[in-house]
Amino acid sequence: MNRVRLVRIIGTYGVLIALAALVLFGFLRYDRFLSFYNVMTLLRYNSMFALVALGMCFVIMTGGIDLSVGSVAALGSVASALASPYGIVPGLAAGIGAGLVAGLINAILVTRANLMPFIATLATMQAASGSALLLAGNQTVSVSYESGFTAIGQGNLWTFPIPAAIAVVAYLLGSLVLNYTGTGRAVLAVGGGEDASRLMGLRTDRVKFLVYVASGGLAGLAGVILASQFGAGQPIEGVGWELFAIAAVVVGGTLLTGGSGSVVTTLAGVLLLGILFNVLNFENGMGWISLSAYWQSVIRGLFLLVVVLLQARLTQRRLGAL
Amino acid sequence: MTELPRSYADRDVVARSFDLLGFLSRYGTVIALVLLVAFNLAFTRNFATMQTLNVNLTQVCTIVIVAVGMTLVIATGGIDLSVGSLMAISGALAPMIFMGKILPIGNIYLGVAAAMLVSVLVAGLLGLFNGWLVARFRIQPIVATLVLFIAGRGIAQVMTNGNLQTFRVPEFQWIGLARPLDIPAQVIIMAVIVAAAAWALKKTLFGRCILAVGGNEKASELAGIAVSKIKIAVYGISGLCAGLAGLIVIAINSSSDANLVGLGMELDAIAAVAVGGTLLSGGKATIIGSLLGALTIQLVRYTLLANGVPDAAALIVKAGIIALAVWLQQQHRG
Repeated sequence: MNRVRLVRIIGTYGVLIALAALVLFGFLRYDRFLSFYNVMTLLRYNSMFALVALGMCFVIMTGGIDLSVGSVAALGSVASALASPYGIVPGLAAGIGAGLVAGLINAILVTRANLMPFIATLATMQAASGSALLLAGNQTVSVSYESGFTAIGQGNLWTFPIPAAIAVVAYLLGSLVLNYTGTGRAVLAVGGGEDASRLMGLRTDRVKFLVYVASGGLAGLAGVILASQFGAGQPIEGVGWELFAIAAVVVGGTLLTGGSGSVVTTLAGVLLLGILFNVLNFENGMGWISLSAYWQSVIRGLFLLVVVLLQARLTQRRLGAL
Repeated sequence: MTELPRSYADRDVVARSFDLLGFLSRYGTVIALVLLVAFNLAFTRNFATMQTLNVNLTQVCTIVIVAVGMTLVIATGGIDLSVGSLMAISGALAPMIFMGKILPIGNIYLGVAAAMLVSVLVAGLLGLFNGWLVARFRIQPIVATLVLFIAGRGIAQVMTNGNLQTFRVPEFQWIGLARPLDIPAQVIIMAVIVAAAAWALKKTLFGRCILAVGGNEKASELAGIAVSKIKIAVYGISGLCAGLAGLIVIAINSSSDANLVGLGMELDAIAAVAVGGTLLSGGKATIIGSLLGALTIQLVRYTLLANGVPDAAALIVKAGIIALAVWLQQQHRG
């Protein structure tokens, strides 16, 4: 319990401190870093990743993993683009619906067929990718600009980007569910010890079922935003999203073994990885160095390495002391 | 063709005899492979030709080579997500060396030899780095190899500035294009690697240690096995295999694109290992199984494509087969 609590504290404050430091660095170094335009663009673009990472966070807290989120988002983007001529609601429903179906398949494979989450969601990843290509006829599907569908990704609520608002609401709900509902506590209990949770009378299969369905639905919603923001359903987009989401969750201090985690720090993890890229762009703009966009993955990888090594050292030292 | 594997799961069959399920879980991959071949002999035109065999084998051999390393990693209870990125690094590095972009090397044979050695060794070293993270810091293998999965492709892209490198160097490209005795060179390489790894896993102390570590790490440690060294070694081997596969891919393509070489390979290799019957939790592994797993997945795809099913639909069928194969194996265990 001590170890879990310690990691949680480090996870919470570590990532928040790092985020604050990075923002401060950007603010002091670049003129327009905290400009309204830059911040809003950053939030708008990263909202898709935030939604996917939220679902991943819940799945990981139960001790599972969901590799299918990227291709499910691609499937969601195609489905919503196809439905976009009928308006905003059908577009949303189609994308989220496609995501929920994929999540349902994951849930059934994991809880009923007892497949390892890694393999079950790997299979769904391929199937979702195939379905997206079939639905789209192997090409991008442009969305309807007349029906108002593009407002989901491109519009503003007063001055706040709508996709970012969606992400904020989703994180608020996620945080409430995790901290204040029985289901949320059960998620952590299942991840902490599945057998013990079952013996205590928790319906572990139901909890696991729910998180995979939710992860699928959130990935579908991310797909809707993808289609709406870029004006097209993109069947081959989403490659590597799952690993980005896992990285964000890990950077946010959630243990991959399950049983501990926080929704807020996951959001901080997403923002941290997003801002790293933003800082890189500004640094290039200063003219001192010229790092191509390809450096972003190198830097993200190094960043992940540092976080993981820190976590490992702290947990090990603590274990040694016990 | 899709009906065949699905009929295994037929409820009546399951209810009538549990032994059948056990039998299928043990030999399911072999049976599926035999059935696929039989179906193709009956329905696919021009199936029984050397050309078909060569096409399928050349397409599958990079997956098999990577899957060999992956099998050893999974046998210790780990996983290696970085293989595709390591392929990209070795694929980016080799042309830079033999085309003289790093050091001008006068003799082309010397240049090619240096290119092959250095790029495979670099991939191997990065594999050792994965193993070091896993063994020394006890970082979960998924996370530890995620670092190089993300950074590795970036490194390859930074090295080449994201540009396509094209070349026409027969002295290098034999590795993917030569056909001694009408057998593609990479198929011979694959066969040698599979044979060596299968022998090592079954007959050597190293192989038994790998399985012991995967079966019960604590017990192995107490029994005096150098668990850390074994773990570091398997990730290193996985890196070497990925490096070699990267060379073969660029040799076949006559070009190296750091954005594409090895993309998605980690999942293809893991699927082959899982379908082949290696336990993903470690402790039980079969190299020949991984070979058969890769062949089965490849042949399913070929069968569907050859009979006019679109590639996208083939993906869905492939997904179903992976899930079904792993489920069947679990019935045996349970």
